This record gives sequence, structure tokens and C-alpha cells, in this order.
Amino acid sequence: MTRMRSVALHTTSLVVGAAVVVPIIFGILGGFKDNGQLFTNPFGLPDPWLPGNYLDALRSTAFWQQATNSVVIAVVSTALVVGVGAMAAYIFARFAFPGREFLFTLFAVGLMFPFAVAILPLFVLLRGMGLLGNPLGVILPQVAFGLPITIVILRSFFRTIPAEVEESAVLDGCGPFRFFWRILLPMARPALGTVSVLAVVGSWNNYLLPLIVFNDSRWWTLPLGVQQFQSQYSADTARILAYVTLAMLPSLVCYALAERQLIGGLTSGLGKG
Amino acid sequence: MLTEVRRPVPVAAPPQRRRRPWPTVALFLSPALFLFALLVLTPIVVAGYASFFNWNGFGAPSNFVGLENFRRLLADQIFVGDLRRTLLLVALSLGIQIPISLALAMLLNQPLRGRRVYRMLFFAPYVLSEVVTAVLFTMIFSPNQGLANHLTRLAGLGDLGATWLADPDTVMYSLFFVISWKYFGFHTILYLAGRQSIPPELHDAAAMDGAGPWQAFRHITLPLLGPTIRISVFLSVLGTIQLFDMVWVLTGGGPIRSSETLAVTMFQEGFKRFHVGYASAISMVIFLISVTFGLLYQRFVLRRDLEGAVTTMGDQR
Repeated sequence: MTRMRSVALHTTSLVVGAAVVVPIIFGILGGFKDNGQLFTNPFGLPDPWLPGNYLDALRSTAFWQQATNSVVIAVVSTALVVGVGAMAAYIFARFAFPGREFLFTLFAVGLMFPFAVAILPLFVLLRGMGLLGNPLGVILPQVAFGLPITIVILRSFFRTIPAEVEESAVLDGCGPFRFFWRILLPMARPALGTVSVLAVVGSWNNYLLPLIVFNDSRWWTLPLGVQQFQSQYSADTARILAYVTLAMLPSLVCYALAERQLIGGLTSGLGKG
Repeated sequence: MLTEVRRPVPVAAPPQRRRRPWPTVALFLSPALFLFALLVLTPIVVAGYASFFNWNGFGAPSNFVGLENFRRLLADQIFVGDLRRTLLLVALSLGIQIPISLALAMLLNQPLRGRRVYRMLFFAPYVLSEVVTAVLFTMIFSPNQGLANHLTRLAGLGDLGATWLADPDTVMYSLFFVISWKYFGFHTILYLAGRQSIPPELHDAAAMDGAGPWQAFRHITLPLLGPTIRISVFLSVLGTIQLFDMVWVLTGGGPIRSSETLAVTMFQEGFKRFHVGYASAISMVIFLISVTFGLLYQRFVLRRDLEGAVTTMGDQR
């Protein structure tokens, strides 16, 4: 009985695990094949191994440009949303003033505002501000839409820090700025990690906003680049598989290195996404 | 930078800033408020305003048409189809994806060799972007070199796999498959965390009283997982209502517009045909559905679970 159960459990896990892994392996190995091999030998190892498609992609300036753009936009967006969000969360958590609940509710309801709803007027607005084709045209809206989840998570964390900590700091002559910068933020490191993970992943994977902001390939991020590459070489499956594999590698490597932190960050709060 | 700003604090006085917080409040809050008001609230209000115009997106909205855009929506087969397809995806997610994720979480909760590896594998697709996932599966569903078609041939089903994305009758199910592939691990991990936070004494006691595994699941695990299930359903439904990236890259809404979602139709109308007023009306529908669903759900379903939920804010200090 228990033996049968254990076999069933293992089989199920193996089947589901395979369903997850096979598409990814297909992509990785497919990049080492040519289209003829993909047709005659879809499941096996490449024979011979043809690294050409990978090398072509790695030698192209486009790939590195897109990877750099993705990193720059993700880093700047994250720094801004965490900084601005933490300042607001501090106020919402530890100051009493009329209108506080109304303002906080406004941000909290923002959790449910879909990007898609704002995208048309945002396009018109960014065009008016001359931010089309400018990385700030992606960064600033990303920050604005990332604020709700950042503020909600940080506020609830800041509230758990006992009032005595603050009172004794104030008695020692510590102003609100010093308290925020020197005491509150260092104490909130785990929560800051969580919101940073959310912001980095959100920015890294964002597609709709860069799609409308960047007409010119100068600032294309990886998602845009991958999609563009696919329509450019639509008949060359092997070449596209190599490019897709390279594009998903950074995410998978980060995940392998920091599995716990990533899972923790992405599933806490409301795990928007 | 911030540390250099100092304010004199009167010696032996009670904390001043509780009484006169305004300068600090204004300084700390204004960047967030400014960005949020300018780039989130304003666009949504403008979309609402533009939905009453027959506007092409250039200059100020002109040609006021009242509710005409919304009236046309109701007669638009594509839009009505969007709603139907969204409902289909919601039904499939709640009926298939969520139960499977829950079952897998129960499985991963068993003492199973390699459990950690499975846990890691199941969640992996979630860290990939929708675009990368969609391009990968476009290749997998490709008629000649694709994996799907080879699999169906291997199973003796002929070229069945070649048309999964190209056939209006199957495209939604293929789409659902890819969505599930990407998202089931996220829900599984949520459930696993929920399951592991249930004190083991409860199941021990139930076993001692002679409850079988199914009874224990039905009467202990399931009720105690309630909050997790409700959050998971909430995220799943909200995500489905707003679905764009995956569809746009995987099918472009085709074939013959048979896989369009609300956001895809909005994008087509707004950015491809310059029917900005009409597209804004679709935006408003997405907005109203999301917020209505979200608020009702928080009010009636999540009420017990979420301290600090939006609609219970008044109870808080």
C-alpha cells in the first residue's frame, strides 16, 4: 500500500517535472541543431553539435545592447521605486495626520489597476513630455505602477518595528530623516529585499511599456529583442531557439543562485504578476 | 544625503514631530504622490474622459459622442468574444489549473525523495517572462520543427500538433496550456507554504481519531488553506482579466481574431487603427471589471483573511 503510494507519488512528480523541463531543454538543445536536425531528430541530442547560432547571437551587438538595456532599466527602476516607496511607507506607517487613510487607500487600490488601462493615455502623455524613445519613458511609469505593492509591503513591515525604538532614538536627538535612514531602513532589510525582487523581475519581464515607448532599437530590452528576432527569422526555428535560450538564461541563473530569496520575494505580499 | 538634514530637537520635550508632522510628511510623501498622480491616476482619468470621444489620439479629444463607444462595444462581436474568452480562461484556470496546483502542493508536502528539486523545477517557469515563454512555445507549436507535432505523430495522431495554434477551435486551449505551464508552479508554492504553516498536531490528532488521508484533507487541510486558496484565486482571475503579453506574442490574437483578449483588442484599436476613443472605452471596461471584482472580492471573500485590506481600512488605526 505505502509502496504503491510512493511509486504513484514519484511517477506524478516525474511527469510534471518533465512537462516543465522538456520545453526548456528543447530550447537549449534546439539552439545547437539546425532546422534539418530539428525535423529529423527532435528529441535526441544534437548530432553534430552546431554552436553557430549561439555564437552568432553572442557576437551580435544587438544581444548585448538589449541585455545591458534590460539591466540598466531594471536597476534604475528598482532603486527609484524602493527609495520613493520606502519614504512614503514610512509616513503611512508612523505618522498620524488627517487624510492619511484616504491617501493610503488610494495607493492600495492601485494594486488592482492594470497597466493596460493606462497605456494609451500614458503614450499620449509621454509623447507630450518628449519621453518616447527615452529610457525614462519606461522607468518612470514602471516606478509609478510599482509604488502600490512596494508601499503596502513596506508599510506593514515598518509598523512591526516597536514605537520604543523610535522614541529612544528621538530622545537621543535623532530627527525623522536620521531615524529613517540610519535605523528604519537597515532594520527593514528583509522587506526591502522582497520589494526589490518584485521590482527587478517586473521590470526585467515588462513588455507592453517598452513596446510602445521604444520605436528605435537603441533602447530595446530583451523581451522586445526576442520578439523582434522571432519575426525577423520566423522560418529559422533553430536560430530563434538559440536566441530565446540566451534571453532566458539570466533569469534561470539568478533563480538557481538565489532560489529561496526569489521564491520568497515573489510569493509574499500580493505577488503581483 | 538625507542624513545631513538635521532639525534641532528641544531638550527634554516630548517628540515634536507627532504634533507638527507636516514638513516631514510633505517632503517624504510628495515624490510618491507626484509620480502616482501623474503616471497612474491621470492616465486612468484621461482614458475615462477619452472614452466619450471619437478621438484619433492627436491633439485634444474632440468630437464628443457620449456613450456611443460603449453602445458600439456591445454590438461588437470581437469585444463580446473577448468577454467570452476571458470567462473561458477563468473557468479553465479555476477548474483545472488551481486544483492541479493544489494537488501538487499536497504531493510535495509528502516525504518524497528529491522534493526540493521538484519544488525548484515547478516554480522555474514563473521566473521567465511571458514573452520568452510565448516565443519558446511558438517554436514548440511550429508545424514543421515543433515538438508538439512530433509528439502527436509519435502517439499515432498524425499532424494534430501542427494546428494547435492555427486552428480557431483549439487556440484558446493551447493558450491555456502555456499559461498553466508558466503559472501553476507559483500557485503550487503558495499552497505548499500554506500547508506547511498548518500545525502538525492537527493532522496527528486526526490520524489518532482514525481519520483517513482524504478525510483529513477534506476537514482539516482544505478549510485551513482557505485564505491561501482565496488569494490564489484572486490573483489568477485578476491576471486573466488583464492578459496581454502572452497572447500578443503567441498568437497576435489570431487566427482570425479568435484568441483576442480585452487588452489585445484595446491595443489593436488604439495603436494599430488609431481609434483611441473606442480603445479607451475598452480600457474602461477592463478597469471597471478589475476594480469591481477586486473590491467585491476583498469585501466579501477576503474580508476574514486580510488585515489591512483596502475596504476594511476604516477599522484600522
